[in-house]
Amino acid sequence: MALEIQNVSKTYMMGTEAVHALQSVSLSIEENEYIAIMGPSGSGKSTMMNVLGCLDTPTSGEYYLEGEDVSKMNDDQLAEIRNQKIGFVFQTFNLIPRATVFHNVELPLVYSGTPPAERILMANDAIERVGLTDRATHKPTELSGGQRQRAAIARALVNKPTIILADEPTGNLDSVTGREIMAILDGLHKAGNTIILVTHEQEIAEHAHRIVKLRDGQVESDVRPNRVGRNADVVLN
Amino acid sequence: MQIWEAFKMALSAIRANKLRSFLTLIGIISGVASIIAVMTGISVIQKTIEKEMSVLGTRTFQVQKFAAGGPTSEEEQRKIMKRKVVTVAQADAIREKVKTVDLVGSELWDFGYKAKYKNISTNSNLTICGGTPEYPENNTHYVRLGRNLSHEDVKVGRKVVVLGHAVAEELFPFTDPIEKRIKVDGRRYKVIGVFEEKKSAFGAGFDNYCLIPVTVFQRTYGRFNKQGRERSVNVTVRAKSAELLQDAIEETRMVMRFERNVKPGEEDDFTVFSNDSMIKSFNDVTAGVKAGAFLIGLIALIVAGIGIMNIMLVSVTERTREIGIRKSLGAKRRSILTQFLLEAIVLCNIGGVVGVLAGFGLGNVVSILTGFANAVPLEWAVGGLVFCTIVGLIFGMWPAVVASRLDPIEALRYE
Ligand SMILES: Nc1ncnc2c1ncn2[C@@H]1O[C@H](COP(=O)(O)OP(=O)(O)O)[C@@H](O)[C@H]1O
Ligand SMILES: [Mg+2]
Repeated sequence: MALEIQNVSKTYMMGTEAVHALQSVSLSIEENEYIAIMGPSGSGKSTMMNVLGCLDTPTSGEYYLEGEDVSKMNDDQLAEIRNQKIGFVFQTFNLIPRATVFHNVELPLVYSGTPPAERILMANDAIERVGLTDRATHKPTELSGGQRQRAAIARALVNKPTIILADEPTGNLDSVTGREIMAILDGLHKAGNTIILVTHEQEIAEHAHRIVKLRDGQVESDVRPNRVGRNADVVLN
Repeated sequence: MQIWEAFKMALSAIRANKLRSFLTLIGIISGVASIIAVMTGISVIQKTIEKEMSVLGTRTFQVQKFAAGGPTSEEEQRKIMKRKVVTVAQADAIREKVKTVDLVGSELWDFGYKAKYKNISTNSNLTICGGTPEYPENNTHYVRLGRNLSHEDVKVGRKVVVLGHAVAEELFPFTDPIEKRIKVDGRRYKVIGVFEEKKSAFGAGFDNYCLIPVTVFQRTYGRFNKQGRERSVNVTVRAKSAELLQDAIEETRMVMRFERNVKPGEEDDFTVFSNDSMIKSFNDVTAGVKAGAFLIGLIALIVAGIGIMNIMLVSVTERTREIGIRKSLGAKRRSILTQFLLEAIVLCNIGGVVGVLAGFGLGNVVSILTGFANAVPLEWAVGGLVFCTIVGLIFGMWPAVVASRLDPIEALRYE
């Protein structure tokens, strides 16, 4: 079991009113699973991603990540988990604007204390995997949306995490570029990563092998659709 | 995360905001520059004065009626004016009774005279010294040409003169002055020697004088000067060695007190000073100036520090999202703290370096304009940078703590 949450709730206080973003959600995700989380706006998708990505801790419930109880960890321990085991891909890319692609990709290695020589090799390797080698010294503002998202993916995978979390990774991209990005994620899945993808587009969700639908902070459905057509290459999973 | 990484991040952030960084730095620069400029300026003057004050050798001290370097208050001035004069007889007593000294000279000084050779005349700004053969040794101003005064000259009262370099140059531009007969203040003297040149940063005063036997001076000019005051002898004394200087000064004081009937418990009615004591009293004066400059600089730096804190808080707010990104990638609190703290420290030190250089430049303007020795007080430069680091540390701490404690999700959501 790669990730397992049990009865996880997340409650936000808006003034005196409690907003239940997640209500007693339980979910198990296997290693190398490719899972899409869907649901209407405000249904708790991002909250779920933040909890799974150790950016946020649940109000109640338990979370085991590769057997470790994450729900009791402090800030710095969570930071280490994020650094070592998780790669984030955000809808808005979240690259540091004044740093080059290389320096953005290098950052997780800096925080993991990787020696500089090794860092250069690993960062360049990750940049090559997303096909951005010729843009490595460019700043994010000099790149197209698709290129920015590829840089973000390179950064997500540079530290060789097992889990990739992508929150609406194609949300800010046109459909052609979106498909390019999805192809990269498909490739990462084939290479052995666990991929958790948030989207509200059916077409994007179909890249995954399992679709979890949320509504009002609860799991509405959890299905493994039959693989057909263009995703035949990953049916073998 | 290594310090070096944080350092590179800090530089990149500072570069990304050049104008704002520069404006913030003006405070630090002016604070540091003002301290360093004043310290440099004082060092320049100090170095020059120490050189100038080294008229007395390291083994020599002087006994006189008046205060060295002038009185410090009116009250003191009145007290000094009431003192009895110092006499040649007292100089003789020192020579006889103090065992730790080997040379004791007497000097009487007056100025405002003219020297003449044939039809060449000096201005009437010549200083005359009535002295003894100890003069050159005790004043470390030696005879370059001809000979020094002899004990014979003094005893017999020969009308001979040793000319200062400037006087000799003026009266004898082309000829050898030795054995020539000149007139000083209308009286005839034979030139027996010429002093070596003694340049002074404060003007040509040290060369524009002549030395005649003290006995001739007394005979010619009498007991009273032009203002009607009784003339007082400056006694120059050389200790047998530099180590004996303090002993020699003490013994000389005792002899002088005895000769002048100073009662026990009363203070000395004469002044003894050496190079050290003059330099020390100069340093006492400059200590006040230094303390003032330091205080002003300190206040400027604290104000600048508050500016740094302000700008760092703005920077943290502006870069909230960046902080969120870094945290999502695994930056721990300490990494963020180090990054922002180092940014403040680097910022302060950039200002510090510029300030130190500007301060050196400003401080040395004095030396460039006057030809004084230039000075680079490195200890103040190091001190200035250490201080900038402390300012950066203190005023950068709060913004850095704020940055490090940001919640990653809140930070990522920040627009
Ligand atoms: N920081 C927060 N403070 C208050 N309410 C929040 C906060 N984050 C999310 N919520 C609320 O929780 C619910 C779920 O939000 P979210 O997980 O972002 O939904 P989704 O990503 O599916 O659109 C929403 O009602 C949202 O308004
Ligand atoms: Mg969302």
